[in-house]
This record gives sequence, structure tokens and C-alpha cells, in this order.
Amino acid sequence: MSIELTNDSQLTEVVPPLTRREAVEEALRCYYCYDAPCTKACPTGIDIPMFIRHIATDDLVGSARTILHSNILGATCARICPTEALCEGSCVRVKDSHAVSIGRLQRVAMDYVMAHEVPTLPRFTDLGSGRVAVIGAGPAGLGAAATLARLGYAVDVYDRHDVAGGLDTYGIVSYREPLNVSLFEVDVVRKLGVTFHLGEVIDAARFRQLREQADAVVVAVGLGRVPKLEIPGEDLPGVYDALDLIEQTKTRPLAEINLGRRVAVIGAGNTAVDAATCARRLGAEEVSILYRRDESAMSAYSYEYEFAKQDGVAYRWWTLPVEILGSSHVEAIRCVRTRVAEGDVSSRQSPLIRVSGSEFLMPVTSVIRAIGQEKEISLWQAIGAEMHDGRVVVDDVTYATSIPGVYAAGDCLGRPGEATVVQAVEDGKRVAHAIHQALARQAS
Amino acid sequence: MADLSINFAGIQSPNPFWLASGPLTNTGYQVMKAFDEGWGGAVWKTVGDPIINVGSRLGSLDYGGRRMMGLNNIELISDRPIEDNLREIAEVKRKYPHHAVIVSMMFEAKPAVWAEMVKRVEDTGADAIELNFGCPHGMSERGMGSVVGQVPEYTEAMTRYAVDVASIPVIVKLTPNVTDIRVPGRAAVAGGAQALSLINTINSVIGVDLDTWRPIPDVDGRGSHGGYCGPAVKPIALHMLSSLYNDQTVGLPLCGIGGIETWRDAVEFMLLGAGALQVCTAAMHYGFRMVRDLTEGLNDYLDERHIARVEDLIGQAAPKVGDWNDLRLSTSFQMVARIHSESCIGCNLCHIACDDGAHQCIGRIPGQIAPVVREEDCVGCNLCSLVCPVPGCIEMVPVEKGPVETWRQHEARLQQQQA
Ligand SMILES: Cc1cc2nc3c(=O)[nH]c(=O)nc-3n(C[C@H](O)[C@H](O)[C@H](O)COP(=O)(O)OP(=O)(O)OC[C@H]3O[C@@H](n4cnc5c(N)ncnc54)[C@H](O)[C@@H]3O)c2cc1C
Ligand SMILES: Cc1cc2nc3c(=O)[nH]c(=O)nc-3n(C[C@H](O)[C@H](O)[C@H](O)COP(=O)(O)O)c2cc1C
Ligand code: SF4
Repeated sequence: MSIELTNDSQLTEVVPPLTRREAVEEALRCYYCYDAPCTKACPTGIDIPMFIRHIATDDLVGSARTILHSNILGATCARICPTEALCEGSCVRVKDSHAVSIGRLQRVAMDYVMAHEVPTLPRFTDLGSGRVAVIGAGPAGLGAAATLARLGYAVDVYDRHDVAGGLDTYGIVSYREPLNVSLFEVDVVRKLGVTFHLGEVIDAARFRQLREQADAVVVAVGLGRVPKLEIPGEDLPGVYDALDLIEQTKTRPLAEINLGRRVAVIGAGNTAVDAATCARRLGAEEVSILYRRDESAMSAYSYEYEFAKQDGVAYRWWTLPVEILGSSHVEAIRCVRTRVAEGDVSSRQSPLIRVSGSEFLMPVTSVIRAIGQEKEISLWQAIGAEMHDGRVVVDDVTYATSIPGVYAAGDCLGRPGEATVVQAVEDGKRVAHAIHQALARQAS
Repeated sequence: MADLSINFAGIQSPNPFWLASGPLTNTGYQVMKAFDEGWGGAVWKTVGDPIINVGSRLGSLDYGGRRMMGLNNIELISDRPIEDNLREIAEVKRKYPHHAVIVSMMFEAKPAVWAEMVKRVEDTGADAIELNFGCPHGMSERGMGSVVGQVPEYTEAMTRYAVDVASIPVIVKLTPNVTDIRVPGRAAVAGGAQALSLINTINSVIGVDLDTWRPIPDVDGRGSHGGYCGPAVKPIALHMLSSLYNDQTVGLPLCGIGGIETWRDAVEFMLLGAGALQVCTAAMHYGFRMVRDLTEGLNDYLDERHIARVEDLIGQAAPKVGDWNDLRLSTSFQMVARIHSESCIGCNLCHIACDDGAHQCIGRIPGQIAPVVREEDCVGCNLCSLVCPVPGCIEMVPVEKGPVETWRQHEARLQQQQA
């Protein structure tokens, strides 16, 4: 692999692993619910009580097998899933004590097989045959590829990056998920027999070739870069796209990245938290998150917000950047105060107005744009898939697009709301089973 | 403050808690330390002819992350010279005249041996003798311990050897490794025993090491069956205790042993007929200091209920334990489960337990957290309320269904109808 593992100490994983002893104690707190709410809350439907029981009886391989059976990215998800909003949030023990630490237990099982051997995942009993091309080697593509391979298909995965894994590899900060976790998962998928074709951008022409060669195509290309702020001065050196910055921390020595002393991060979602905490770890002394609303409206999870505050990140609410200033490099950012014109303050839909005469100047050494990701529409348009409202049109159940044999999975579906790895994996699984059913129907 | 002191078959003790014969009562050092910590009495580690022990000797049954819910041992009787034991017993008794010191003994079936040994024990000033007819391992292969307790004739004869020469009370300690505990109990009565104590340990193999495939405890690759005790044996002890207490022909003071760990256990043993209590495993697990929870908890329990003397508890619940044939049949009376939905946390354990392991009468309602019991199909087995992790969430409610009728009454009625 052409990617270098950066092991700068600033980037060591923030959440420590549970010891085996702690894990058994925690596992014994699980009631082994029947038709468990946690399993229902997991988008991939991992049999959580079962994998926890395996930990309690000291069968970590069995535990990992149970996890991987439903979620091939179990090691990533153990670290970065918003568990409070998913499995742990629905744990029955929230009501009589506190939730079982499902995420950290999952990590114990996955860490064990990462350090030892990966359990063999049984193939499904009802096998198909044929060839499927998957475009995009992120969570959705890997989820689809692994499932298709286990269903008996020959699978080719294409990605424009040199290393597979999608945002897990390039977009998740190392102190939340070390790079080797993502690389391990790619390896698990490769060992299922999936072939990777890396460093190749799939354009419309190549797409048509792939469509002809394969029985079905899965498009799992994710989202685009961070959108522009559309304010003057944002092309100055010293203005970063949050995703580029994170990618740099994962692919270059940290010493080569210099953000200076005072960093402003624009946006208040989870990406902004990642960018801001990254900046702190890169040595910035003052890192401020500028948001045009307040904490009641921000989209970051509460644990992310806490994490940022603990890292010493300052929040400036009701602050809208209007101009970035500097002669040859960023020097300052001009902001204006905002307030809600009418309606609910905590709603992101309520219209904002600028408070007149409230403009002020903040001296900064860099600015990081972290206001979400652009929809990926260029490929869809190029291949002629039907679109609506900037989103590809798909069948509700199968995620089949308007082009026969072409399916969409993951972030590129352009769903509203927070995108998650676990949902992308589930999309991939869903599409794989849909393809299997469609091809079986054709064959019979 | 309730009066915790007891008079058990003439043996005075400041409280009902005695250390059982075993590793806790091997030496004078230990017994004096235990008395300082608050134990009311101690039964000295069984003295007898010289033996040699093996190592390792103990094995544990762990459960749900907790250690020693059951304990198994292959230790024999005291391996110290008898002179040392007797000298230390005398010293303890001299320093602690108001505590109960009982000496456990085990000898072969020779009246002359018993005559001499009982005399030497009495010379120490000990308050009573306990005859160990219960040790299920090692000693039993040499014609002592549980082989005596398992044959009523031997029990009676050996008891008599001791009783004939003793001027202090003789307690016979029974083995649970029998079909009906009343049979050896009655034999001890026939032999002239002044009291009974029970239970000694239960025959057991505690486990196998998954890596070495050797039995546990492991003595150079081999193991042997050993005696089982600790919290897990309490139900067996309670059954045997109550059946002896309720036996009209026994009528002796009973000392309860087997799985006592908390004051709550102590209350149950006393309610089912124990006049004194012995503890082994729990004190081995946590040390002598645990007695303070036993005495304080028992005292607080009595005070809360305005019960003046601990002896007022003895046997109060025993008459309620009897034959199955005297229970009201479910055509006449039964319990039914009722789920308090407001405290339900939605684990569905009651549902799956009833569906797979009981009578398929707890249904789930879409969109609702709490399952619902179809009371007309519930047999009142209790399973759901036992698996429910939330205290009080599933209540078992009594339901009157018809005139009082037990199996005995039912049979009699059928016979009358036929006649
Ligand atoms: C900064 C940040 C933090 C995040 N934190 C979390 C988190 O904590 N928890 C969580 O659950 N989710 C998090 N997410 C969201 C999560 O990363 C995504 O939802 C998930 O990665 C989506 O998977 P995907 O496979 O759909 O897309 P991606 O991961 O984006 O993968 C798409 C892949 O397709 C490839 N590709 C694109 N176009 C082409 C083309 N034309 N030809 C060839 N290859 C192409 C790309 O190179 C990429 O590898 C975060 C996202 C970001 C940006
Ligand atoms: C290691 C060990 C040694 C024992 N040795 C004796 C003994 O020498 N004589 C005896 O009568 N009982 C002996 N016992 C049995 C105990 O006195 C007691 O009857 C039994 O352990 C049940 O009580 P418990 O559940 O509180 O441990 C021994 C028990 C253990 C665990
Ligand atoms: S008491 Fe038994 S039969 Fe009745 S609901 Fe509970 S488990 Fe089912």
C-alpha cells in the first residue's frame, strides 16, 4: 500500500480499549434481551446480546464472527458509530442503570481478531453466480462487495484512491479510528475473494464498459468535497477544506502541516469537531468554531460537542463569516452577528437575519471550511441516471436506479440527515441481496 | 437491642454464629482471632488419627463473574498432632470461657479409643463434642466419615461409643449424601445424641480444566471426588433441616450448616428449625470480619420486628413445609403473573422464558414495550417473575378458583363418589 501509517503521538486513539477483565464485567451487565432493542436500533442488525455473551464466556472469535456476519466494518463501527443514538441509546439498562457499553465491547472482540486471526465467515447457503462491479471502496462499496462475495459472486471493486476504505481511510481522524483498522477491514474483504482495482477514476465511458462486462453495477461513490462558503477571500492560502486537512493528517508527517496559532472552523457539525480537534493536535493555540446559530441547532452529537470542549475548542454562536482577509495568506476573518428572524431558535429551518452594525474582525492564521459535503451528482448526470431534487432516484426497497442493473448505496444516495458508516454498510448489504434476487429471477 | 445469645442443647453462646469445623478452626490462633472479631463459637477442625493431606485441595464454582458460589474440597481432618490441638483448645477455652468451643472428632469403631479420646477432649474444658460422620472423601475410603453416616446402624453404634463415656453434650454431624436424612437422624437419636448438626459436604466433581483436561482440584494430574459446600448448597441444607425439624421422632436441637453467607440466610435457617448456625465457606472467602454483618444484620432484623430474642425465630416457618399432597391444587387456588407495565424495561426475557420454557402465555403487543400475560392460560409457575431483572415488575397474584382441595382431599372425594 502506498499509504504511510503516521504514528505521531498526538494522534493516538482517544478512547482507551477495555481490558479483558473490564470487558467480561461489562458483558455480564447485559441482560441478553430477547428480540433486543439494541439489535433493532443497529442499522446492520448485529445480534448484540449474542456477541456480548460470547465475550462473557471468553469466545472472542465467536464474538467477532457474530459481529462480522452482520457488519463487515465492525471494527470501524465499534469506534465511530454514534452509539448513543443507536444501540446504546436503546439499551434497556438505560432505564434501570446505564447502558451497556456496546461499542467498546464490540471493539474488544474486533481488536482481538485484528491481533490474532480473522474468523472465517460462512458463505450464505443459497448461492448465486455472476460478476458484479462496485464503484467506490468506501463503507457502502465494501458492505456490498463482502455480501456479494459471500453470496458466490465474482466482485470487482474500483476506487479512484490508491487505498481502499473510503472516508474510513481518508476522512476519519486517526485519534478516533487508527488507519490500520480501516486497512484491516479492507483486507478482510479482499480475503473473501474480492478484487480491488485502485487509483482509477470511473467516468461515464468506463462506467459503460463495466456495465457491459458485469451482470450488475453498484455505485457507491460517496459525497463530494466541502462546499465553498461563497464569500470573498476563500481562495487565499491558509483556507482549508476540512476533508483535505484530515486526509493530510493521515497521509503526511504532521510537521509538514502548519496551521499557525489561531484557527477558525466554520460550521458546527461533526466534521467541524473533527477539524477543530485536529487543529488543536496540530499545535494551534486558539481554535474557534464559528456557527451562525447556537448549540440548540447544531448537528454535532452531544459527545462530539463535549469532546471539542474538553479539547479546549471555543464556540462562537450566532456568528456568520462574511469575508476572509489577507494579502498573500489568511490574516483575519470578518464576521457578523445573526439572530433568528422568526420561529423556533433550535430549528435549522428558521430564517436568520444579520444584526446591523455587529460586524467584527477576528485575526486568524487559518480558516477551515467544515459545512458538510457536496452532493455527488456529476457521475449520476454523466451516466444518465434519473435525478430528482439533486438526488438520484432509486427504488425504495432495492435501491435500483433508473438504469437497469445499476444500484446505488451509501452517502451517494444523498439522504437527508447525518450520514453514518453503519448505514452505508447496511445499504451495501441491501443492494447485494437485491442484486442476488434479481439475477436469480433472470436465471430462472 | 435484641438478645442474640443462645442455649443450644446446654451449650451457651453469645450469638448463634459458630465457625464450622474446617480450615478456619485449625489452630488456637485462628479461633481466638475469630472470637475477637465477634464469632460466638467454633467447632474445632476434626481431630483423629494422624493423616497426610494432598495439594491442591479446593475447587470453585464461579457464576456470572462471582467467585465461589460453590466450593469443593478434598482436604482431610486435622493433620496436626493431637497433643497440639488439645493444648490449644484448652488455652482458648481458658481465655474465652463464655464462647462455645466444640471439638469435632472422628475415630475408628473401637470403644476403647473413643473412651480415651472423649476423656482427653473433656479435660480441655470444651463445651461439647461433634461427631464427624460426614466427610465424603478420603476418610470414607478408610471406613470413617460419611460411610458411618450413610449406614444407620454404624451411626447409632458410633454415637453410643461417644455418648456412653461423655459428660458434655454430643452433637452428631450428618452427611447429606443419603436418600432420606431422617434415617441417619433417627439413628443418632437412638444412639443417644443430644443434638444434630447438618449438613456436611456433598459428593462432587467441581470441574475440568479446559486446557489440560485435568480434573480440578489437580493433584499432579489426577483428582478425586470431593465435598461440595458454599452458597449453592443452601437449598439442600434447608430441605434437610426442615425435614428433621418436622420429624416427630427426632425432636433434638438442630445446628444448621451449609451455604450460610449473610444474615438473611441465617434468618431462613432459624425459621426452618436451626437453633445454632455454622459457617465455613463464606468465612473462608471473606475472612472472620464478615461476622459483623451477620450479627448486626440479624439484630436489626429482630429489632425492626420487635422480636426480643433470636431464639423466638426457631422453627417458625418449618410447619409450613410439608407434603406436596397437602398443597391446594390449581383447580382450587393458584398464582398468576401480572406485569406492571410502568416499570417494564422491555427486555422480553419473560416472554421468551414463558414461550420456550413455560406455558406460552406472555404475548407481545406491537408498539408497546411491556408484554402482556394471558391470565387464563398462566399456570402460576413463577418463571417469568424469576427471570425479570426489575424487582417488583412482575407480581405473582393469588387467585381463588374454588373450594379448598388438596390432592389427598381430591382422592378421598373421588373414592367417596365411586362408593
Ligand atoms: C469528517 C467526517 C467525519 C465522519 N465521522 C463519522 C463518524 O464518526 N461516524 C460515522 O458513522 N460516520 C461518519 N462520517 C460519515 C461516513 O464517513 C460516511 O457516511 C461513510 O463513509 C459513507 O460511505 P460511502 O461508502 O457511501 O462513501 P465514502 O466513504 O465517501 O466512499 C466513497 C468512495 O468512492 C470513491 N469514489 C468516488 N467517486 C469515484 C469515482 N468516480 N471513481 C472511483 N471511485 C470513486 C472514493 O474515492 C471513496 O473511496 C464522517 C464523515 C466525515 C466527512
Ligand atoms: C476445606 C474444607 C475442609 C473441611 N473440613 C471439615 C472437617 O474436618 N470436619 C468437618 O466436620 N467438616 C469439614 N468441612 C465441612 C464444613 O464444616 C461444613 O459442613 C461445610 O463446608 C458446609 O458449610 P458451608 O457451606 O458454610 O461451607 C470442611 C469444609 C471445607 C470447605
Ligand atoms: S407464571 Fe409461568 S405460566 Fe404464568 S406467565 Fe409467568 S412464565 Fe408463563
